[in-house]
Amino acid sequence: MTQSFPEEVLEHVFSFLTSHTDRNAVSLVSKSWYDTERWCRDHVFIGNCYAVNPRVLTRRFKEVKAVELKGKPHFADFNLVPEGWGGCVDPWIVEMGRVYSGLEEIRLKRMEVTDEGLEMVAKGFGKLKVLVLASCDGFSTDGLAAVAANCRNLRVLDLRECEVEELSCHWLSHFPDSFTLLESLNIACLSSEVSFSALERLVSRSPNLKTLKLNRTVPLEKLSTLLQRAPQLVEFGTGAYSAEGLDAYSSLAEAFSGCKKLKSLSGFWDVIPAYLPAVYSVCSQLTSLNLSYATTQSPDLSKIISHCHNLQRLVVLDYIEDTGLETVATSCKDLKELVVFPSDPYVADANVPLTEQGLVSVSQGCTKLHSVLYFCRQMSNSALVSISKNRPNITCFRLCILEPRSPDYLTLEPLDTGFGSIVENCKQLTRLSMSGLLTDRVFEYIGKHAKKLDMLSIAFAGDTDLGLHYILSGCDSLRKLEIRDCPFGDKALLANASKLETMRSLWMSSCFVSFGACKLLGQKMPRLNVEVIDERENLNSIPENVPVEKVYIYRTVCGQRFDMPDFVRIMGKDKADVYNLS
Amino acid sequence: MTPPLLDVEGDEHGNTSLMTSASTMESVFKNPGLTERNYLGLSDSSSVDSSAVSAISEMKTNNLNLKATELRLGLPGSQSPGRDPDADLASSPCLDEKPLFPLIPSSSSQKIIVSGNKRGFSDTIGEGSWMIGSSAIDSDASKSLANGKILSGNQAAMIKDVASKVNGSNASVKKVNASNPPAAKAQVIGWPPVRSFRKNILATNSKNNDEVDGKPGPAALFVKVSMDGAPYLRKVDLRSYTTYQQLSSALEKMFSCFTIGQCGSQNLSESKLRDLLHGSEYVLSYEDKDGDWMLVGDVPWDMFIGSCKRLKIMRGSDAIGLAPRAMEKSKNRT
Repeated sequence: MTQSFPEEVLEHVFSFLTSHTDRNAVSLVSKSWYDTERWCRDHVFIGNCYAVNPRVLTRRFKEVKAVELKGKPHFADFNLVPEGWGGCVDPWIVEMGRVYSGLEEIRLKRMEVTDEGLEMVAKGFGKLKVLVLASCDGFSTDGLAAVAANCRNLRVLDLRECEVEELSCHWLSHFPDSFTLLESLNIACLSSEVSFSALERLVSRSPNLKTLKLNRTVPLEKLSTLLQRAPQLVEFGTGAYSAEGLDAYSSLAEAFSGCKKLKSLSGFWDVIPAYLPAVYSVCSQLTSLNLSYATTQSPDLSKIISHCHNLQRLVVLDYIEDTGLETVATSCKDLKELVVFPSDPYVADANVPLTEQGLVSVSQGCTKLHSVLYFCRQMSNSALVSISKNRPNITCFRLCILEPRSPDYLTLEPLDTGFGSIVENCKQLTRLSMSGLLTDRVFEYIGKHAKKLDMLSIAFAGDTDLGLHYILSGCDSLRKLEIRDCPFGDKALLANASKLETMRSLWMSSCFVSFGACKLLGQKMPRLNVEVIDERENLNSIPENVPVEKVYIYRTVCGQRFDMPDFVRIMGKDKADVYNLS
Repeated sequence: MTPPLLDVEGDEHGNTSLMTSASTMESVFKNPGLTERNYLGLSDSSSVDSSAVSAISEMKTNNLNLKATELRLGLPGSQSPGRDPDADLASSPCLDEKPLFPLIPSSSSQKIIVSGNKRGFSDTIGEGSWMIGSSAIDSDASKSLANGKILSGNQAAMIKDVASKVNGSNASVKKVNASNPPAAKAQVIGWPPVRSFRKNILATNSKNNDEVDGKPGPAALFVKVSMDGAPYLRKVDLRSYTTYQQLSSALEKMFSCFTIGQCGSQNLSESKLRDLLHGSEYVLSYEDKDGDWMLVGDVPWDMFIGSCKRLKIMRGSDAIGLAPRAMEKSKNRT
């Protein structure tokens, strides 16, 4: 087929494609489309930093303005990935610094970021506007100071749930007095004090500031000052929401009432209930409310929520109880996303009256609900069936019953039918996390029905390899699978080896996958990295039929990693097999 | 698309039924090499073991000479005078050599701390399953996996079988549950799937407010451990240990690959290893809430985990001079 459109026209057409999946699809059509597309793609998304390498990136795409990189597997959030595993962004920064001088946006998730790396960013990318670090660690406030001092065009500095080594409280002062472009600042993850005067001055000279998320150490008494300086805020995160006495109340309430554009509230550490009504004036505007640090009782929580008629996203602790969730069901008719965290995750019987009933109520009352993350202590098949029938529009369903392998508390049966009902009725389901007592049967249901499922998380479930086989052979859209403590082993994995190349990654820890199987898989599948993560001593003398501690399998065009610590091995790849594209 | 390595047979409609596939897969993938193993036995430490280890050693430390808890001065690398070396070794179930990081002064603490458990470990193991109430199926989260058995399709049938039996005697089961409320189970690593910053913050929150049920949550307490010269950090959960000895031996295992070169436990005789470690140049220090670096081992364990922000394995030469400050500080603090 000869090319009928000149390149410029094709480029123009492609410019309307913003999703990277569409762009990837387009580049597969033909060689000329691939070439045209790569010259004009300026937003690049790399879901697994080890699937490619920096050189592959810079050779393919020439003028990149925005890059998004993800590093560690998701279970790193729960300390299942040992420190030192990898995911360091420095080599990427070096290579991108060499080629992408016009880079404007860097978004990193679960990557190791060093101070040196941040300095390179600060000095190498003069046009940088957006720096988002989500769940990253390895850097200190020194690195942040370098960013503040040098990134003259910065609009967004978002430290989302990072672990920062806090050496000094003065890094904020490194933003020059002439710097007035700030639009978004999120420092909620910092545990030490920041210089309040520097913060106040920064806020005062940032007329475009829309998002400000403070950390816990900013006292309530100072909030009204900040809000008065920035009444244009759209998203605001408080610090510790408590004070001695009630003197600060009226000025705080007044300051909130001045924020006519405020749509999102968060923070609320150490809440004193008497101060909660200060936000009532903005409740009806709110689309997002995060009370997940507010350890107050259900009546106080219910009261504030009952004012939030336009709420779309609610994050809360289980202190809300079933009664509070009934309030949500009646007051928040636009609710799309519900997250309920456990207040006391390690106590078997915490005496908090939050049960499956709360979730059922919300599924009945909130017709737009499509995303759920719910921690509770009991569940029943009938509740799950009700939820699935009430809300067939659910796309993300994550249920964590705190005690592993808990059965249906009414019938003591496994929860297979309940979850089966979820996947059968919620036909648009893209993400599922399961818990409770589950047999191979639930995986049969999932393989049969969950055709749009993109990400699946399984723990303490299943009986045999059949369970894993059902998933790998049935879930057509599956890209991310993470499994822990399940009796799945070699057979299902080897039988579905080719499926693994269609996925981004598979994580299996504390299962029954043997060293031998990992080696075989690595040998037979050159486009997969089969990483065995195992901290036991004398790995070389462990027999091949012994299960590995953890295995992380992902597709890659780059073969061997060269930055692995001693507890990570890529199996089955001799030197002769290494792909080296640089 | 490459064909699967091993073919799975199904019926002509492409469906794999539960029972036939199981037997089919058994025959297709028959590999005499794949035997059932108790893989847990091979690893020295795991999330399951840590609670067992801590409880067992805690019972043993009860018998230790109380003299061992006296605070004494000593230079890094030297034995505190008057310590009973046999008592020390007895307290640690895994160590049969001197610790890599000789702690000052002694490693045991007077108070009994059971990490993560409401009741002693020995109480909970006898309890059996609180769910199905059947001893046929061990439903303790980590235990059934620890058995390393590949559960066959028969197991599923067995679960159903037991469940139906239990249904018949529902009343008695419920009664059992009521009288034996499930205790806080030994912590499984990474479960429940809640981010660590969220766990830590809630723990401190509940101490500040008047807690509803009055129980402080035994949240995990992860701190970073760095070592001079090591290429990367590690993290440890301080709450999974109850004594300095345990912490020390765990760290030793973690960082042994960096220390005495290739000195693994295979090549050196025990006495030679002792000599090497006696002259060990490494000490364990920690950064406390005030940002000061102190030697680990000065203060009671509780106080230590309450104020420790991070750990560092330092060369002995860098650590001289830390000890005296620590003593002064703990006096001034109270």
